[in-house]
Amino acid sequence: MPTLEIRDLHVAVGDKEILRGVDLTVRSGETHAIMGPNGSGKSTLAYALAGHPKYTITSGTVLLDGEDLLEMKVDERARAGLFLAMQYPVEVPGVSVSNFLRSAITAVRGEAPKLREFAKDLKAGMDALSIDSAFAQRNTNEGFSGGEKKRHEILQLELLKPKIAILDETDSGLDVDALRVVSEGINRFRGLDGEGEGAGAGADTGVLLITHYTRILRYVKPDFVHVFAGGRIVEEGGPELAEKLENEGYEAYTKASA
Amino acid sequence: MGLETKPLSTLHERSSYNVADFAVPTGREEEWRFTPLSRLKGLHNGTAAASGTVDVTVDAAPEVTVETVGRDDARVGKAYVPADRISAQAYASFEKATVITVPREVVASRPTVITLRGAGGGAAYGHIVVRLEAMAEAVVVLDHGGSAVYADNVEFVVGDGATLKVVSLQDWDDDAVHVSHHHAQLAKDATFRSFVVTLGGDLVRLSPSVAYTAPGGDADLTGLYFVDAGQHLEHRLLVEHTVPNCRSNVTYKGALQGEDAHAVWIGDVIIRAEAEGTDTYELNRNLILTDGARADSVPNLEILTGEVAGAGHASASGRLDDEHIFYLQARGIPFDEARRLVIHGFFAQLLEKIEVEEIRARVLAAVEAELTR
Repeated sequence: MPTLEIRDLHVAVGDKEILRGVDLTVRSGETHAIMGPNGSGKSTLAYALAGHPKYTITSGTVLLDGEDLLEMKVDERARAGLFLAMQYPVEVPGVSVSNFLRSAITAVRGEAPKLREFAKDLKAGMDALSIDSAFAQRNTNEGFSGGEKKRHEILQLELLKPKIAILDETDSGLDVDALRVVSEGINRFRGLDGEGEGAGAGADTGVLLITHYTRILRYVKPDFVHVFAGGRIVEEGGPELAEKLENEGYEAYTKASA
Repeated sequence: MGLETKPLSTLHERSSYNVADFAVPTGREEEWRFTPLSRLKGLHNGTAAASGTVDVTVDAAPEVTVETVGRDDARVGKAYVPADRISAQAYASFEKATVITVPREVVASRPTVITLRGAGGGAAYGHIVVRLEAMAEAVVVLDHGGSAVYADNVEFVVGDGATLKVVSLQDWDDDAVHVSHHHAQLAKDATFRSFVVTLGGDLVRLSPSVAYTAPGGDADLTGLYFVDAGQHLEHRLLVEHTVPNCRSNVTYKGALQGEDAHAVWIGDVIIRAEAEGTDTYELNRNLILTDGARADSVPNLEILTGEVAGAGHASASGRLDDEHIFYLQARGIPFDEARRLVIHGFFAQLLEKIEVEEIRARVLAAVEAELTR
């Protein structure tokens, strides 16, 4: 049963402390939504967990299945089963999507996929996300639109099959059609059918969904909602908390944390 | 200076067949300031006796003629006049020249490969002329290897409407010194494609230049180099637009790794007053992979007319982008493999330009070998 346990996590960028004691446990089968205003530290949490060199862990612990995540290098975290769908996926010139994905799958599985099998999985994954098959030969994220980049992130999620997925504002910049396609991909990863009903009954995977808006939560139903403000979680609840935020906004929290 | 004097470029004004017309370089001159003269083994000061050997063999396409000629052959030195001391020294010192001719309207059925192998033993001097008569088409490969102290001039004479594609591979042994001028002269509507790959040698200084004799010429010069510890690899490009409506494009990319790895790239483009409608762009990128490596990159663009179709240049030297590496690592790819992918990607667009499959595979393998060092 994969579990991500975050305990009293403090993270700084340079001299500036951004996260001030985050406590959160994500178990397999659970989907947690982290919501909060801009600048509250949501993305910092995502990148710090993935191991981006810009962020310094000043105190706290993070365990993935009981293993110390913070001791691992970036690639080791990914191979241990952590995946970060980035808000701003990086353009890598000269490295084709196909080559990139094959390298990533080889690294995560520990052996190269059979060429025919890889081609079949890639085609199926791209079809499911309405990605034109020509993208396989394009350079990774280069010249992709915002929506194309996000679909490409979810394609990786489905192909790499991590234990715990962190989705950092995957919904931002998507039109309604793209949001639905991307949400269906996330739900497949959660082991749920396209309808998204029966949350929690799915695969052996956990999701940490970071978002500014409630819109995506209509498609990807969370089990828990956490409100983030001032670098920590300030309120927790069930799906009903998202409804409250939808109606009242973040004003109450930003005032409280200021 | 009369009233009729046209504005002159400050670049490359001198040329002569006579060694004595060029002073022995001291290292303070603009054209020599990046080159470590002490490692030239005397090529620059007349002390390098022609006691060494570089064997030249040609595997030619059946439609192509290959001749070995003496110094007095009328086709030698016709397109190019030496522009610096070592070039003039090479011109004064070679004994036999290789002349390759592709007859009028003939399309060569396969690449013509000129293999140059240094056998050591002191300096050697050479001269090669590649002539494409009107409407001819050919691919020519210059394959340099072995141990040598070698100075040479190569003339590419591309006739009306002809197309010449050249691949020049410098993969010398670690102790080799090679100073070379590659001059292309383009007639009306001629097309010239040059692909330079420099990997091996202690010191390589290669100066590709392009001149146009009539409108419609189109030159595309691409280069790839990989500099390891202690190596000095220098490329000095000159494109001189003297007639209207010609095009040139220069793209050189290099990677450097190791202590005292030194790359020099000089990109000179001159658009003379009479060269209206010129379209030119030059670009150099250096990827510095370790501390202790240095890249000097100097683009110079002199425009002496207001009527150009396009003119620009770009130069950048930098390290591997941490964000690229992070993205790949975040997908489980280990650092070494991520680095290899990104460097490979850096060169990928250039490699695609090599149309000869076997040569592309060979260059690719050579780059892979550099990456695993």
